[in-house]
Amino acid sequence: MSAVTAEKDAYRAGFERFALSPLAASEPTWLRERRTAAFARFVETGLPTPRDEAWRHTPLAPLTRGRFEPADPEAPPEPGVLSLLPDAGPRGPRLVLVNGRLSPELSRLDASQPGVAAMSLREALATRPASLEPWLARVADGATGAFADLNSALAGDAAVVLIAAGAVLDAPIRVEHVGGGPSGTVAYSRTLLVAGRGSESRIVEVFASRADRASLTNAVTEVVIEDGASVDRCKLQQEGGDALHVATLAVRLGRDARFYDHSLVLGAALSRDDIDVRFEGEGSECVLNGLFVVDGRRVADTHSRIDHARPHCSSRELYKGILDGQARGVFGGLVIVRPGAQKTDAWQMNRNLLLSSEALVHSTPQLEILADDVKCRHGSTTGQLDPAALFYLRSRGIGEAAARGLLTWAFASELLRTLRDESVRAAVEKRLQERLPGVAGLVEATS
Amino acid sequence: MLEIRNLHARAGDSDVLRGLDLSVRKGEVHALMGPNGSGKSTLAHVLAGRPGYTVTAGEVRFEGRDLLALAPEERAREGVFLAFQYPVEIAGVSNIYFLKAATNAIRAHRGLPELDAVEFLSLVKEKAKIVEMDEELVKRPVNEGFSGGEKKRNEIFQMAVLEPRLAILDETDSGLDIDALRIVAHGVNRLRGPERAMLVVTHYQRLLNHIVPDFVHVLVDGRIVRSGGKEMALALEETGYAWLEKEPAAAGPTARP
Repeated sequence: MSAVTAEKDAYRAGFERFALSPLAASEPTWLRERRTAAFARFVETGLPTPRDEAWRHTPLAPLTRGRFEPADPEAPPEPGVLSLLPDAGPRGPRLVLVNGRLSPELSRLDASQPGVAAMSLREALATRPASLEPWLARVADGATGAFADLNSALAGDAAVVLIAAGAVLDAPIRVEHVGGGPSGTVAYSRTLLVAGRGSESRIVEVFASRADRASLTNAVTEVVIEDGASVDRCKLQQEGGDALHVATLAVRLGRDARFYDHSLVLGAALSRDDIDVRFEGEGSECVLNGLFVVDGRRVADTHSRIDHARPHCSSRELYKGILDGQARGVFGGLVIVRPGAQKTDAWQMNRNLLLSSEALVHSTPQLEILADDVKCRHGSTTGQLDPAALFYLRSRGIGEAAARGLLTWAFASELLRTLRDESVRAAVEKRLQERLPGVAGLVEATS
Repeated sequence: MLEIRNLHARAGDSDVLRGLDLSVRKGEVHALMGPNGSGKSTLAHVLAGRPGYTVTAGEVRFEGRDLLALAPEERAREGVFLAFQYPVEIAGVSNIYFLKAATNAIRAHRGLPELDAVEFLSLVKEKAKIVEMDEELVKRPVNEGFSGGEKKRNEIFQMAVLEPRLAILDETDSGLDIDALRIVAHGVNRLRGPERAMLVVTHYQRLLNHIVPDFVHVLVDGRIVRSGGKEMALALEETGYAWLEKEPAAAGPTARP
């Protein structure tokens, strides 16, 4: 029996166990069918291999060579992990998922904020199944890959956030995924956000684990933005140094809708983000900003796919990487402009800063343009700190290490400035000051 | 204050300075003129310690210390300042933070306490007036989006804040219209003083109408071939450099009028 078959069989046994559980048996037929279909797709395609173009530059072995047992959803959060989370503030819903299961004790579901309903998948299925059926495991579908399929098949719970039409939320919604089961375990963590027509909301998703264990987080976030609505999302990934993190973000935008995403990849040994954005109405806009910071032998990989299926939409994408040691970065960005998607305006840029000569980046920005009246640009730069700028700073009396720190901070700060949430920005700044050489005390340096 | 003896230096792979001698005492303003490629800017960069330049022979003493043994930041802390011909744009770093970091690094070296935010701000306000520097520019990222004139003003503004002992002005007049030139020169003149020396590197005489030097030196092929008083610059403006190149080493390198 080949290793691949053995793995599939292990997952199959896991899926069968799950499908027979009382939890799964209580689910509506449509969901059970979607789980079965997702698992069938996984069996069909299997885990990715180095031959898959989208995984060619990513060291896959830690994800595929072992078997990951589902983490115990009853287990309490790791000691101390909650203190790693940014201050959640006094207002707004807060949903805490421990190894993928929503913890009512740690969460703040009744935030008395009109226009938003926050709950576990269980509660949502019991009370508002009709709000879920059009979207759950539909937004992230067959196009999003094997890990998303596994999550759709196996995630027993989810954070569900439903925003009423026209609601304007001033406090952000927090979804905090904490875990870190023992090595060799996997947590399927999931979020569904449905933003009703004309609503405005912010969501902050944090992934945190503390201990240095080789556990896997397999996360899926589905975001639906109905006509005229706007969603500002921030993802902060600060998992432990040996953790594995594979996340899928799937977004569907209606007409005149807005989506802003800020992704901060600051942790895990191997971090992979797949982003899938589809414009399904005209006049919509999407901004994807991301920063990853890796050192040692860590790997950060972002693959994005923006599908301009409709005309008159614009997308802006800026991903920046800071790499030290023997770290590796991968950026694969694809912008598709469908036939008839005229007046598409797309801009895509990847910039990487190498702090050591052994760090490595694979960057492939890509445009696939099938309409003729469009404005599309893309680019990619990878380099070290500018020697002219370094000398300029030193010639004014600033020491070399401080000058390097200042320029590194300046490189990162372009993206930090776009973070609207004060406590998240403070948490990210603190984290970066711990992680990057020479940047301690530089918060006020940038402008 | 500054003693340069028999300085030979390479820029990249080519020999540029070939036995340069120069002596500058405190309070003096020296102009260094010469045709393109004669080594003026190379000298400025060698004195500031720019990587990519190699000294192959000779020595430079600054206040009695071996200047060439110091890192660029140590030279700055000792009081050497280079006003760049092409100031560098640094996106994302605010001018004011940059200057505060520099000021406090230099103050620490001199055994002075750090300036707090309030003290530093009042220092900046005072010094910005010297070059009529807009306070908005002070807050912006270093040189980013500045016009040519604003960049040069920013250099002199930095010089005013950092109060160097030796200021080297590398082609500070290049790219300036006459109004900007007047403002920059006025700022430089305000910073002249008995404890401060200046080395003004320029291709053209016109800057020296505004910053009147005590001494003028002409650099040809990496050596000083003529030294004289301020009137020599005027003579050069009329005749050009060609006649000098025909009679190298016509004057003693440290000749004083």
